[in-house]
Amino acid sequence: MRNILRGSLLAALAAFGGLVTVRRRCALPGGADKGRACGNCPERIRCNSAFSWLARPSNSRRTVWQLDPAKCIQCGRCATNCVLQDSAVKCVHRFEMCGYCKLCFGFFQPGASVLTSAAENQMCPTGAIRRKFLEDPYYEYTIDESLCIGCGKCVKTCSAFGNGSLVLQVRHDRCVNCNDCSIARHCPAGAYRRVPAEEPYLFKPMSGAAKG
Amino acid sequence: MKLFVSIFLLLMSVMTVVGENRFPKPQFEKGYSIPVTSAPEARSLMLDRLDVVVLFSALSLATWLVLKKRSRRGIFLLTIFSVIYFGFWRKGCICSIGAIQNVTLWLADSQYALPVGAAAFFILPLIFSLLFGRVFCAAVCPLGTIQDLMILFPVSVPRFLSCILSMIPYIYLGLGVLFASIGSAFVICRLDPFVPLFRFSGDLPIVLFGAVLLLAGIFVARPYCRFMCPFSVLLNWTSRLSKWHATITPDECVKCRLCEKSCPFDAILIPNTGQVSEPRGKGVDRLKIILLLLPVLVIAGGWSTSRLDVIFSRSNPSVQLAEAFQKNDQSKLKIMKYELEAFEGGKASKEDLYAQADIFRKKFRTGGWLFGGFIGAVFGCTLIGFSIKRTRDSYEPDRGTCLSCARCFMSCPKEHKRLGV
Repeated sequence: MRNILRGSLLAALAAFGGLVTVRRRCALPGGADKGRACGNCPERIRCNSAFSWLARPSNSRRTVWQLDPAKCIQCGRCATNCVLQDSAVKCVHRFEMCGYCKLCFGFFQPGASVLTSAAENQMCPTGAIRRKFLEDPYYEYTIDESLCIGCGKCVKTCSAFGNGSLVLQVRHDRCVNCNDCSIARHCPAGAYRRVPAEEPYLFKPMSGAAKG
Repeated sequence: MKLFVSIFLLLMSVMTVVGENRFPKPQFEKGYSIPVTSAPEARSLMLDRLDVVVLFSALSLATWLVLKKRSRRGIFLLTIFSVIYFGFWRKGCICSIGAIQNVTLWLADSQYALPVGAAAFFILPLIFSLLFGRVFCAAVCPLGTIQDLMILFPVSVPRFLSCILSMIPYIYLGLGVLFASIGSAFVICRLDPFVPLFRFSGDLPIVLFGAVLLLAGIFVARPYCRFMCPFSVLLNWTSRLSKWHATITPDECVKCRLCEKSCPFDAILIPNTGQVSEPRGKGVDRLKIILLLLPVLVIAGGWSTSRLDVIFSRSNPSVQLAEAFQKNDQSKLKIMKYELEAFEGGKASKEDLYAQADIFRKKFRTGGWLFGGFIGAVFGCTLIGFSIKRTRDSYEPDRGTCLSCARCFMSCPKEHKRLGV
């Protein structure tokens, strides 16, 4: 009795392990799966694989947490809800989208009297954005990640009035990839999701003007 | 002026929708090259694979040390290694206890990809437990080993108290599975008392909880493992079926009683052949009553927890928001102002939200039946376990609760003989 029970449990566990580790190949002619996740396959309905009923996102993938800037409302909870002392979420500057404005909405307070980098003029509470003169009228803005707390204040104004080149992202050199992400739990917009570790960042698609 | 500004802003928002940049990309004259956006990579896949290899090696080594070498010193050294590697180096995540939820979510949600690492951390300890007993608990689990190092003055927990307390893991496991499958919330990870310690940061209540458990662990050996750990339920079941389990004596038991007090976890079963047994008919009658009671317990448990659906479903923020709308609860809406903002910015209507909340409640109604039924069945089976007497004529480890820590080995005179001490 015990032997049968033990044997069947071992077989079940081994089968489960095999199911998870073996990467199922697409059985459709032409192959919809080009190394992509089986479970997200749009062709699942006419799939003729013997395992189609088990179709799950490819399990050999590893996932990490990321926030979707398209859903993010910059509430500021990323700064306070990470399990790490300094949040793993930082503001990231996408230079290729930036307008290099002299009056940067992410850098200056709305009512800044003069456009200098004096603390009272800055949007960033920790002064993590560095402003450097390039040539008239362009300025380069860089983020000092050691100072950034991920509050998203600059992101809010940059996406409201500017090009939206500042985005909040989970930085994977800091993130400890908790099984139960504490920020995801507190995110009011449901912007956090697990993404494949090979493509761990979610940037907004580039607009045509910025590409050219 | 105000009108002008508002028209300007309106134009801007239209431009965003179209996807144009408000401010064109500058044409630099002095040959400035645009820097590349930095994107530090996630922890490499090789390190994840290494974790699985280390886990397998540690389990194999623990098995060899307990069953072949019978060395407490070896287990102790492996314990320290596990605390450092699985605890402080890997930050205790992902662990086998939390992996229960990943597996549950994988079964429940067709869009969730189960990482191989999580699957391995779930399967390997169970396979080893089916074959060799709870060697995972002995020297590999980071949560167990850190408590193991704290056992200084172990006291025996009264039997009735440990019976009551050992029901908690079943409830915890049931809740963990329920929420992982429906709410997609990982309760077990959230209440993990030792991970904040491994990371040196975390919420204050959890840190305090961990500290209290560690301090209590000086006297009550491994309190989390014995009276909380949800994975211990699965290990307990599989270990009872184990093929090669550790034995106290390497030879035949001489019933010298020397090992009686050596187990800090009260997991040594003493022989009961000498005891006066009650008449057989009485025991059979009692067993009949409990067997009849079992379905009643299952149904009662299921019914009572299925009534908790509304309360359970409030763990989900969208259900909370839907309720606040339906009751027109302004103070609640004020607290949830960001949730409200995100909802108003999204495409979903209030009806969608209500429908979603209803789905959650229904799922928790069904899940509540299953969870309560499970708890009822566990109570019933525990009662059955009490009323079935097995005869033992030697000192044996209780296969379910023995953690294969090897502490009892050296108390056996036969072991001394074997080693030639």
